Amino acid sequence: MTAILKTRGLRREFLTKKPLFGAPTVVRAVDGVDLEIETGETFAIVGESGCGKSTLARLLVRLIDPTEGEVWYDGTDIAHVPAVKMRALRRDLQFVFQDPFSSLNPRMTVGALIEEPLHTHGWVDRSARKARVAELLTRVGLTPAHADRFPHEFSGGQRQRIGIARALATGPKVLIGDEPVSALDVSIQAQVINILEDLKDEFGLTLVIIAHDLAVIRHMADRVAVMYLGEIVEVASCEDLFAKPRHPYTEALLAAIPIASVGARKAETRLSGDLPNPIDPPSGCRFHTRCPYAEASCANERPALTDVGGREVACHRVHEVQLKGLAEDAPARSPAAQARFQMYRAASAEKQKPNP
Amino acid sequence: MLAFLGRRVLIAIPTIILISIFVFGMQKLLPGDPVLAMAGEERDPEVLEYLREKYRLNDPIPVQYLNWIGNALRGDLGISLRTNQPVLELIGQKLPVTIQLAVMALIIAMVIGIPAGVLSAYKKGTWIDWVANTVALSGLSVPNFWLGIMMILLVSVQLGWLPASGYRPLSEDPIQSIKTMLMPAFVLGTAIAATLMRHTRSAMLGVLKSDYVRTARAKGLSERVVLVKHALRNALVPIVTVTTLLFGELLAGAVLTEQIFTIPGFGKLVVDAVFNRDYAVVQGIVLCTGVAFIAMNILADAAYRVLNPRMKDQ
Repeated sequence: MTAILKTRGLRREFLTKKPLFGAPTVVRAVDGVDLEIETGETFAIVGESGCGKSTLARLLVRLIDPTEGEVWYDGTDIAHVPAVKMRALRRDLQFVFQDPFSSLNPRMTVGALIEEPLHTHGWVDRSARKARVAELLTRVGLTPAHADRFPHEFSGGQRQRIGIARALATGPKVLIGDEPVSALDVSIQAQVINILEDLKDEFGLTLVIIAHDLAVIRHMADRVAVMYLGEIVEVASCEDLFAKPRHPYTEALLAAIPIASVGARKAETRLSGDLPNPIDPPSGCRFHTRCPYAEASCANERPALTDVGGREVACHRVHEVQLKGLAEDAPARSPAAQARFQMYRAASAEKQKPNP
Repeated sequence: MLAFLGRRVLIAIPTIILISIFVFGMQKLLPGDPVLAMAGEERDPEVLEYLREKYRLNDPIPVQYLNWIGNALRGDLGISLRTNQPVLELIGQKLPVTIQLAVMALIIAMVIGIPAGVLSAYKKGTWIDWVANTVALSGLSVPNFWLGIMMILLVSVQLGWLPASGYRPLSEDPIQSIKTMLMPAFVLGTAIAATLMRHTRSAMLGVLKSDYVRTARAKGLSERVVLVKHALRNALVPIVTVTTLLFGELLAGAVLTEQIFTIPGFGKLVVDAVFNRDYAVVQGIVLCTGVAFIAMNILADAAYRVLNPRMKDQ
């Protein structure tokens, strides 16, 4: 497998508004990210709100410029190519936005919205463009007649499918979804996810999905990167990550998934405190302020992302602590719940007895 | 669209009636007697009484109103007490002059204001934005009469490029007409350009932050297409609103500029009529301006629906 997208030391800083006196404060939304996304895989980036995952997604296709670092696509450092060349490259790198309500221009018909990138990227023949629009609309489960309508006439799920059709118009190689389903109803989420997966196979896409919903990621992803405060803390295959996390933050994320089983015991790990202020991140390992396994030494040095048996983890104590993943079987019930279930069974057995 | 326009016109009717009552009532509250103004040196009570009888000024006020509005509906706005010309004819003579001035001023304002607003929003926080804002603020702060006089001094007296006066109607001598209108239109236009620039800037700032502009960039469109096709078109609704309101203002508010450049327009007619207690003319003019304002608003509403497809459902 070869990497289709690769980042080296990617960093993006945002300046807060400059105060009247003194320098503006710097927020490092993405701080030194090295990633390799392989051709044809579904790569997920997960983390809590404000960890920099959307910024990272935008950096990957240069919707914003990085402060430092490189993004390699197909032998080109897209972080530093001239704007004209970048526009041509957008044919290969497309983006599905989070909010299907605001990301479609309200003044243009759906047909015009999907057709526009075709026009820009060299589809001269008008009838060929129209045919392509009709084909794409059909492909995402709408009808060609929908091309003449305006975005506001559609539901959220339909709009997101229009957004996907738009992104696919030029035949991209990489599709990046920034929380592509989080703005949708749960019932519609599955529909959109299935469309994305079908299209991935059909068009030979590489998918990069940004999400905070672990259920979505577990369903879709081949590999997962976990982000915390602008840094990647763990990269592993989806299966490994959910079964056996190696970074304490990953463990805490998994423990936060609710278990749909009566009387199920929740895992004990819980994160205490809020996400630290990214303007002034903790020293050393950024997670040490909230980590249940942290030692004094964790505050001194920033752990690097290192290979640990087929996956990468950034933790000083990775070889010392044993972490819990998601058990495949239903977790053990609490003693009280067990007692209640026993009483229930006894009572129902009593009822089953035929009357003398 | 036709049904929509029909509805808007129907809604406008009560507004026009209200305006007419208001105009008529205000006139009656003004101090001064039109008959005295008309009679001049003559103070003979019989003559005054004759004049009052002739112009039916002795009728009860509601009857006077009904007479006036009834005639107005038939296209008769009465006769000027001062010049004995029909009011409609007076308006017909002066209004085209002011419309020409207003249209020219508006074109100048749009050519300056909209691109400046777009540019200053796009380059927000840079020296371009700063310069555009400073110029706009100066444009708003400089009084029309001062700028007019300075322009006459510089362009007409010193450089001799454009005539300071000598207006000819557009139909008779188009080149001379446009030449004499250029300076007054510029004076009016710069003030309006400033307002227009500020509104364009703020509308564009809002639109440029929107997600669909980001989508447009992600498509790989050039910045020019993103700015004009995706951003500016969505910012046009507030710009159209301001433009139509400004046009209405221009029709009524060019008085000072018309005086400076001695243009025989609407503004001069209003001032003369008010000073001479020429009731019929003032009423006619205010009624016309009111109707023009309402018409401009209906046009603006129609423009919104063309600009914003979401409004079609409402």
